[in-house]
Amino acid sequence: PAMISPLCISPGDTSVLAGLYGPAEAKISKELPDRAALEVLLRPKVGLPGVLERSREQQLRQTCEAVVLGVLHPRTAISLSLQVLSDAGSLLSCCLNAACMALLDAGLPLAALFCGVTCALQPDGTILLDPTTRQEQEARAILTFAIASSERKMLMATTKGSCSVEEMQQCLAAAQRAADAIFQFYRDSVRRCYSKS
Amino acid sequence: LSICSRTVEPLEYYRRFLKENCRPDGRELGEFRTTTVNIGKCLCSITTADGSALVKLGNTTVICGVKAELAAPAVDSANKGYIVPNVELPSLCAERFRSGPPGEEAQAASQFIADVIENSQMIVKEDLCIANGKLAWVLYCDIICLDYDGNLLDASVFALLAALKNVQLPLVTINEETGLSEVNLKQKNPLIIRKHPVATSFAIFDDTLLIVDPTAEEDDLATGTVTIVTDEEGRLCSVHKPGGSPLTGAKLQDCITRAITRHKEVKKLIDKVIKSITPK
Repeated sequence: PAMISPLCISPGDTSVLAGLYGPAEAKISKELPDRAALEVLLRPKVGLPGVLERSREQQLRQTCEAVVLGVLHPRTAISLSLQVLSDAGSLLSCCLNAACMALLDAGLPLAALFCGVTCALQPDGTILLDPTTRQEQEARAILTFAIASSERKMLMATTKGSCSVEEMQQCLAAAQRAADAIFQFYRDSVRRCYSKS
Repeated sequence: LSICSRTVEPLEYYRRFLKENCRPDGRELGEFRTTTVNIGKCLCSITTADGSALVKLGNTTVICGVKAELAAPAVDSANKGYIVPNVELPSLCAERFRSGPPGEEAQAASQFIADVIENSQMIVKEDLCIANGKLAWVLYCDIICLDYDGNLLDASVFALLAALKNVQLPLVTINEETGLSEVNLKQKNPLIIRKHPVATSFAIFDDTLLIVDPTAEEDDLATGTVTIVTDEEGRLCSVHKPGGSPLTGAKLQDCITRAITRHKEVKKLIDKVIKSITPK
């Protein structure tokens, strides 16, 4: 396990660079006696990280903690650094995908994979997946889910705007279907990356 | 002989209760702690704030003070005012919080409250505008936790809602000759609250069990949390699940149903309190 940097690009040229360090020795103040301490740092493209980045870091960290088998590496620190290179919509799901690929590439033991899907509910009621910035602004509600690879359960959910309960369930179902395509993309990328060597 | 101590093996201790479908403090899995709310200058202690509320959810105590100030609206949204929420977790509320810059939990909570205000549209920013492009209200909502025993988000949203319902804004006019603003403190109008969002938090235990209104101890032992914010029409203002154990759509549906019931309980409580303090 060393530093690696996969680049994650989603339709519309949103890209996030992820670097994972660990499991490395942890600072005594941060180490946990029974499992690895995970830390996520999210840097926006412009400006200093603010309250929104801290909120996203907490969501990403708890999502990663749910899948990483931290008990196999007690008293260590795993540090995930994400840098936003360009934002053209669906930023959080791009960060989630980058985080999962970083965990995969580093070879950390994982209970499941996860992927991020953003759904935009348009004013006329149709569901749009992976919206661009323009579509996000026009949408009534934007829902981002992290879907786990085992049984397609929902690991993380964030919503912006309000929607009815039925619409939320429809978006979740659409996200679970879209997750299949993303997991296939993970397999293809990893195969391509490691088939040369 | 199996000795199960609360301090030595807290998770095993909790599991014995959960097997019987109850919790150590005697509550059912779907039961909330006693909720009390104090609104206004007489009952709540902040006399300098324009609106204030104190909410107690069991031992968790949260106070919210709203101060209204005047400012020029932003250039790109000349007809909108500002609402600035801030959640503080001072070191007096729990030993896990150190004094100094706000930690991750406080910042995440502040972002959550800002999202709830924005998503539910409980206050429309256009209502805060006094003169297009020149003057608008800024509402600084400071939410401070005085005693942390879990379920901060529910208590904060409730305190915010109660404090905003109590805010009385003085009438402000712009003198056409001098161009200065004149504040009439004798004439006050309440804020227009369009929606009443209520948050309901759940803790996920062992990837399967969902318990409502976790205490701080339950929060530490839980494998995940979910917070659902609903408004009076049954619409979802926010589904906040920051990682943790995976959930199926069906389990999420159970949470939403419980949240909708909770909304009715909270709304009734707030209406009762507001009616009791309104001068007849």
